Amino acid sequence: MKLFYGQLRREFIVMFESLEEVANPLVFLFLGITLFALATGGGVDALRDYAPAIIWVLVLLANLLSLEGLFRRDYEDGTLEQVVLLAQPGFLPILAKITAHWLFSGLAMTILAPVAALILFLPGSALPVLVTTLLVGTPALSLIGSVGAALTVGLRRGGVLLALLVLPLYVPVLIFGAGAVLQQMGGMDTAGQIYWLLVISMVSLTVTPFAVQAALKVALEQS
Amino acid sequence: MGIKELWHRLGSPRWFFEMSRRWPWIFGGLALLLLLSGTLWGLAFAPADYQQGNSFRIMYIHVPTSLVAQSAYIVMGVAGFMLLVWRMKLADMVLSAIVPFGMSMTALSLFTGAVWGRPTWGAWWVWDARTTSMLVLLFLYFGVYALRQAIPRQATAGRACAVLALVGTINIPIIKYSVDWWLTLHQPASFTLTEAPSMPMVMWMPLLVNVLGVYCLFGANLLGRLRLEILKRERSTQWVRDVVLSGRT
Amino acid sequence: MSFDSFAEFLAMGGHGLYVWLAYAATIVVVLANVLSLRLARKRFLREALAVVRRKETAQAAATEANS
Repeated sequence: MKLFYGQLRREFIVMFESLEEVANPLVFLFLGITLFALATGGGVDALRDYAPAIIWVLVLLANLLSLEGLFRRDYEDGTLEQVVLLAQPGFLPILAKITAHWLFSGLAMTILAPVAALILFLPGSALPVLVTTLLVGTPALSLIGSVGAALTVGLRRGGVLLALLVLPLYVPVLIFGAGAVLQQMGGMDTAGQIYWLLVISMVSLTVTPFAVQAALKVALEQS
Repeated sequence: MGIKELWHRLGSPRWFFEMSRRWPWIFGGLALLLLLSGTLWGLAFAPADYQQGNSFRIMYIHVPTSLVAQSAYIVMGVAGFMLLVWRMKLADMVLSAIVPFGMSMTALSLFTGAVWGRPTWGAWWVWDARTTSMLVLLFLYFGVYALRQAIPRQATAGRACAVLALVGTINIPIIKYSVDWWLTLHQPASFTLTEAPSMPMVMWMPLLVNVLGVYCLFGANLLGRLRLEILKRERSTQWVRDVVLSGRT
Repeated sequence: MSFDSFAEFLAMGGHGLYVWLAYAATIVVVLANVLSLRLARKRFLREALAVVRRKETAQAAATEANS
């Protein structure tokens, strides 16, 4: 467990050193919302019905932005090998990294979701469902995304490739997440979707750290 | 030959190459036979569907290509698994050999689906469960392709693609379920482009023939590409040099 | 036969364009796959043969020089 917390502490230190980097995805989220508002004329009717979709899609994309840097720093200064290969068990530091990523992106966006909901005129009754789906679904995004980040670390133009690899895998989370909020707005029960998001996050939690470990080992081979 | 020995032999690309000399031709011949007869039967001899008229004949391509598109990806995932867990060189080659055919089948499935949909239901495209999951599958294929192109070192690229194919394969049922569940909810009048439950035998027999034919085609193409890949990767060995010289490939 | 004449067969009850478009696309895709494989094979064999021949002549020259 010390392994986990040690890595977690290291991640926090790095994050606090460059808070602007941490803020980037969050700024992106609101920038994106602004773009949608501008593109649709900003009317209540135009935005309200699409609010869940806009928020969820932008959350997906914002996640990708911060995923890029997940392993890059350690890869560049050579400490990635220590983290991945020398630690026993190797998946703990990886899990710590992903946790840190989630805290500063997924969780952060979940906390800011009410603001986003406000400016997109999401009905108040749908807000709890939005926050719940984000809370339960964003861990899956960080977990699944980290596999893509591990596969593309060290590649030039890794960013676009990362998006290409990860977005198809995000589809179920998007469907259940945005879908739940839309269901709520339509007055129907949303428990099913939330359970599914939970399932996806749980399954990702058990499977992805090992996939990430395998992918990092592959990536490190080539350096 | 017992399972254990077979397993051991599969570790040698050379053994597989020599053993599979005739296979591409066998599968190819079967494919030709099956597809010609199935297609002719389906185009000319099966009765017209009383609801859709003659456009339903596109089914004889659409369904087989959809099935192969999905199966091929799963084979890639299994190959990826075998590469990662047992370091089987052959599995790496299988992975790269599948991508071209798999992607073309997926694209063909989408295209024929659209062409089928237009006269039958009036729309070129619908975001229904089947078309959407097929589209996502196309993206998954493209990801494997793009990743391989992006990584310069052969061995690394192979294993990276193996991880991706494996993760993708695990995701396929989840994606299918989620798309299925959500989009049929959205579009209650969903157009399910596959077999109506009660299709007279005279209609689904040619379908079966074509499905088998396309699978044989897949087998032929896979084996052909696999054998070429073996030659390429082992080109510095003596046995490959002998093969190249003798012309008996 | 489900059709009374070849003309009817081509027309496919009005859906001819779509049916034949689909089948044509299939033929194109399948042929493209088969041909690309053949082309790749031919190219590889040509190159590999050239390399092997070159090595042989180099070897022959080396053994000659040594004897």
